[in-house]
Order: sequence, then C-alpha cells, then structure tokens
Amino acid sequence: MMNTRIVRVLQAAASMLALAGLWQILSHVFPPFLFPPVTDIVARTVEILVTGSLLADVLLTAARIFGGLFGAFIFGGILALAIGQSKTAENFVAPVLTFFQGIPALSWVVFAIIWFKGIEFRVLFIMVMTTLPAFTFQILDAFRSMSKDLFEMTMAFRPSRWTLFRFLIVPTIVPGILTAWKVNLGNAARVVVVAELVGATGGVGYELLRQQQLFDMAGAMAWTLQLVLFVLIVQQTINAIEAYALRYRAVSERAM
Amino acid sequence: MAAPIISFKNVSKTFRRPDGRGDFVAMDKLSFDVDKGEIVAVLGKTGCGKSTMFNIVAGLTEPTSGEARVVGHDPFREFDFFRGKIGIVFQNDRLMPWRSALDNVRLGLQILDRNAGEAEEAARAWLTRLGLSGHENDYPHALSGGMRQRVSIARAFAVDPEILLCDEPFSALDEMTARDLRAEFVRLVRQNSKTAVFITHQIGEAMEIGDRVMVFHRPARIAYQARLGGGTDRAKVQEEIMRVLAVERAAESA
Repeated sequence: MMNTRIVRVLQAAASMLALAGLWQILSHVFPPFLFPPVTDIVARTVEILVTGSLLADVLLTAARIFGGLFGAFIFGGILALAIGQSKTAENFVAPVLTFFQGIPALSWVVFAIIWFKGIEFRVLFIMVMTTLPAFTFQILDAFRSMSKDLFEMTMAFRPSRWTLFRFLIVPTIVPGILTAWKVNLGNAARVVVVAELVGATGGVGYELLRQQQLFDMAGAMAWTLQLVLFVLIVQQTINAIEAYALRYRAVSERAM
Repeated sequence: MAAPIISFKNVSKTFRRPDGRGDFVAMDKLSFDVDKGEIVAVLGKTGCGKSTMFNIVAGLTEPTSGEARVVGHDPFREFDFFRGKIGIVFQNDRLMPWRSALDNVRLGLQILDRNAGEAEEAARAWLTRLGLSGHENDYPHALSGGMRQRVSIARAFAVDPEILLCDEPFSALDEMTARDLRAEFVRLVRQNSKTAVFITHQIGEAMEIGDRVMVFHRPARIAYQARLGGGTDRAKVQEEIMRVLAVERAAESA
C-alpha cells in the first residue's frame, strides 16, 4: 500500500496542476495582460527568487509579518494570562479587544498613516492591532481549557508560580499557541499586503501596486506567489513543530 | 502520647450552590485524629463529604469554621510548609499526557527542586518497584489503566512524603488489578512508615487497607468508627458498617 503521505502530496499536486492547466487554457482565450501564460508567471517567480534586490522585498515583507505576529503574540499572551487569572482584568480588557476585532484592517491602515510617520512602525502597528485580539482570545481559550484535575494534582506539590507556569501552564497552552500562529499567519499575510499597498515603499504589497500601475498581470501573479510560498513554508514549519511538540498525543489507526 | 499527624476539630465546610440560591453544607463539625504510621480508611456514600475532607487535608480547600491541622500546621494557610510532606493518589491517575511515565514520576521531585540526577534515579527506582520497568519512556496514552495508576502511586511515593492521601485510587480498575495494587500499596505504606488516609466507598477495600475505618454520613460527620487490630471481630465490624450505611440510605429515602 502506498504511503498515505505520498498519496496526499500527489493529490495536492494534481489539484494545483489542474488549476495551472485551467489558467493555461484561459491564457489561450484571453489576451496576455489578463491571463499571461503559466510559463511567464513561473519565469517571473523564479526571477524574483534569484534576484537579490527583488528577493529583498520578499524578505522585507516576511520580516514585517514575523515582527507583527511576534509582537501580537507577546502582548496577546500577556493579556490572555492576565485575563485568565483575573475576572476584573477580563471585564476591562475583553470588551476593548472585541471592539478592536470589529475594526477593519484598512481602517487601521488609515489610522496608522494619520498617526505615525515611520513606515516600519506604521506596518508593525497595523500588524499588531489586527492580530492581537485573535492571539489573545486563542491563548485565553487554551489557558481556560487547562484541566482542573491536573491543576489540583500539581498544586498538591506546592509549586512556585514560575514552576506552575513552566510545568503546567506552558504545556497546556502550547497547542493553542500553535493554532493561533497558524490562523494568524494567513491573516497577517493578507493584512501586510494592504499595509504595504497604502503606506510602504518596499515589500510585496508595494511591488503589487507597481505591477497594477504597469498593468503587468504576470508580475502581479509572481509577487502574489511569493507570499503564498512564504505562508506555505511557514505553515509547514509550524506543522513540523506541532508534530514534535504534540507527539505525546494518541493517534487512531483509523483515519477520520 | 505523641501529637496526632492529622487533627480535625469541629471542622465545617459550606459551599455556595452553583445557582446562587443558598448554601450547601458539605461538612458539619467533623472531629477526628490520625496518628503517625496509621492507615485510616474513610468510608461513605457518594456526596458524604469524603472528598471535601480530603481537599482540606491536602490544603486545596479552606474550612469555613473549625480547626484543621496537619503535623500541627494549617494546610491551607501554610501552603508552602507542606512542600514534599503530602503525597496524593487521586481517583483518576491525573498523569500529564505530555510527560512520559518517568517524567510524570519525576514531576514532584522537579517541583521540589531536587537534584536532577537523583530525581531520575528515584523515579526509575519507583517505577521498577511498581513493576513498570521498561515503560519509563511510554506516554500515558500507551499505558493501561492499571499501569497509569501505578505511575501515579510512584509519583506520590517518589517525593517521600510523611502523609499519603488516597481518594478512591483503585475504583476505576478491574477487581484483579485493584486487589494487586491494594496489597502493593499497603506494603509500601508499611515498609516506608507512612501515615495514610484512604478514601473509598467499598467496605471490603476499607477493611482490607485500614488500621481504622471511619464511616461518614452526610454532611461529613463520623457515623461510626472501629479499629481493626488483631483481635477485632471483623465480621461484626462489617455488619455494623452495613447497618450504619443502611440507616443512612433509609434516612435519605424518607
């Protein structure tokens, strides 16, 4: 029997090939500025990857995504633990975060442009503000799902607060943290493009704006693929970390 | 005469009902002593306050009134004093799923900041004594119910506590496994000169384990107690326990 992992990869490759095939057919029907041939898109994608100055734009966007996510993760983690341990903190902070969740990413972009001068700080602010509520609520959920039985068992040994945090709280919230990173990564990739489109002079979003002004569809697709590739690589890295960190979980032989 | 290891004097515990309508009395002026080296089996029906008593001794719950002392100290207020002094075996194994059997046994020793090498050695030795040699690196999901409970017993003994508290630790196991573990448990308690409070709802188990049996009725008060020495008429004690429990049941039905 073929390895299920190989089967999964082949199935994913087949669906992507089908999509590329459909695009290629459309490129024969419509003019190149609407649907450029797949080969042109691939060539432009490779060109970005091998050209230092262009790759720098991709790496700049990646750094902005990581910076924003890391900032939101740290703030969100602190807020989640504070809310989880104090009802008063929850009463004050949760409504504000819920309010923030309702603010569109584009509004944060406008606020950032009005409030701040520095481009990098603007982007960081936008990234943190748009992903902070999700990080906080996801880590809070993980914290609250902590088993009362395990808490009492650990408390019976009279741990210090730090020991309790290290031995019980961290392992309890790790699955929630990994899920939060996976969910927020996609959101962050979308938001960073909007932030760069409007308020930056470099990065994938800025390059996308340039391709739109040049009416260059192959370029637009190539820059978009950079972001997709970045998200895929990071997702796979998180999956690998998750597989290692959660290796203790029982897996049923019967697939769902 | 030596001071008792555990001493309850008119201890009461009241909980607020979850719906907020009034209070629920779980323990009503409970008084008893447990001497050093004694194994006391606490028997009673579900909801009679056995676990509340257990949580007060463990320092997880504070009495509403009265005085609870363990080795002369308040187990709730003097929380840190009891570091390493009380070992607990719970009804379910309460193993951390992300830790191997060895790491679960090592947990208490790590919390108590014991030397890492000595902690590992002690954890391995306890796993071996409980017949789990070769399973040190297994995660809890890979162990049977009986093996998991053995790990939790090893975890409690590994910190070398003065007092062992056991809350129906074998109730979820099949009778064969439970019987083996009971015998093993009593042997370990005696061998290591521990004081133990063993909560159960099975008369046979209480009589097999305890030097003394205390029967609780609701809310937690002692309805009957008997020492189980060499000259004790065990059949008579058993009969009396059954009678007390039957009276309790009849009072509840009425």
